[in-house]
Amino acid sequence: MSDYSFAYLDEQTKRMIRRAILKGLAVPGYQVPFASREMPMPYGWGTGGVQVSAATLTPDDTLKVIDQGADDTTNAVSIRKFFEKTAGVDTTEKTAEASVIQTRHRIPEAELTEDQILVYQVPIPEPLRFLEPRESETRKMHALEEYGLMHVKLYEDISQHGAIATAYAYPVKVEGRYVMDPSPIPKFDNPKMEMAAIQLFGAGREQRIYALPPYTQVVSLDFEDYPFEASKADHPCDLCGAEDSYLDEVILDDAGSRMFVCSDTDYCRSRREAGHSGRLGEEAV
Amino acid sequence: MDQQSRNTVFAGGFSNPPVAAAHAFRAAMSAMARPGQVQEIAGATPPEGVSVAAGSLLLTLCDPETGVYLAPDVDSEALRGWVAFNTGAPIVAAELADFALGGWQQLQPLNRFRTGTAEYPDRSATLIIEMHRLDVPNAILSGPGIKDTARMQVPELAALQANAALYPLGRDFFFTSGSQVAALPRSTQVIAEA
Repeated sequence: MSDYSFAYLDEQTKRMIRRAILKGLAVPGYQVPFASREMPMPYGWGTGGVQVSAATLTPDDTLKVIDQGADDTTNAVSIRKFFEKTAGVDTTEKTAEASVIQTRHRIPEAELTEDQILVYQVPIPEPLRFLEPRESETRKMHALEEYGLMHVKLYEDISQHGAIATAYAYPVKVEGRYVMDPSPIPKFDNPKMEMAAIQLFGAGREQRIYALPPYTQVVSLDFEDYPFEASKADHPCDLCGAEDSYLDEVILDDAGSRMFVCSDTDYCRSRREAGHSGRLGEEAV
Repeated sequence: MDQQSRNTVFAGGFSNPPVAAAHAFRAAMSAMARPGQVQEIAGATPPEGVSVAAGSLLLTLCDPETGVYLAPDVDSEALRGWVAFNTGAPIVAAELADFALGGWQQLQPLNRFRTGTAEYPDRSATLIIEMHRLDVPNAILSGPGIKDTARMQVPELAALQANAALYPLGRDFFFTSGSQVAALPRSTQVIAEA
């Protein structure tokens, strides 16, 4: 291992973050303020998630980092290397082998277990922020459980587009109390949030931590006549043929040809290794 | 201070603080995320009269930014010195405490401890309750972190039910015995076992 303190942060910072995580778990969906530190990466690159991971990791952990479902994008690779260097933990790309998974904007397709922890990178933790810019007001709205504005927003979606057009960062209500931003995950992932794993959310620039214990009730906001729908592109994956996974659309040339592929690279690879193949599976491999 | 208590004060901290605290926190977090489930937590050797689990929680969570209240049954010069040397946490009155340590009876009345405010429910006390044992369940728990129901040994039902009724305000509890810890956050509903 290197000369870094284990997992980069000093002990007092980790204690402060750990106290915030415990209060976050005790009041699911409530945003706990914390004194976010400067990290050796810019805001917007997952500093909140990195600080939560650093306070959570032990040397025995196996870490997986994904960015929009992919293990091999810049953000995921650099955060994985950061913890390899500063914490000396094992890393993996396989969802099932990881004990801590840091994610930007996706929940893995494979069901998570009780032994796993999912850490989200969150850009704007306040679900009401684009409706009410003042922190003093949004804090009052949470205190008074005054969430009418959010339903007005969803109603305006319907009146303008004929359906709730919000496709990501779709607001949820936690245990019938706090309205929470699930981070910019696609709404396809919302139903997965009632899971066996512990979910921790870190927003570095906005200095907030919040959490969901396992099996916490998480309900996507909707209306009786316009119920919530977890949508995805209506295609199978062109590489592995999966029909149940969230897909990215990739433009292939100037003539408009395109392909759909699983956003979860580990899920797609494990399916192809198991012999599944999609429309372009053979030529793309 | 004689040599004996001097040794107690300066000894018993984490031998490798970053790693020991990481393991202890994971146990504390697992406990808080899964109310009623008993976890092993160790690393600290506090002065006599305080469990390894409670001592490890103090070392993991307390520092000069957190006020600690010591109930009369655990309060001693040796423990005050140990907390001061190993964490730097100030010893404060119950009304100001972020963390409190002691037996259930000695920590009463609970309404002395902070419950947080409507806008900041996180500004509430965390109570570390020393128990003789944790393995004789007398309550059924439900709520976040619990799949259907869980069972747990609690010292008293009424006070914990009143605490849960304050949600989202309220205090959060760790129960410690030997090297074991279990937790009961304010979000958990508690009823008597039939």
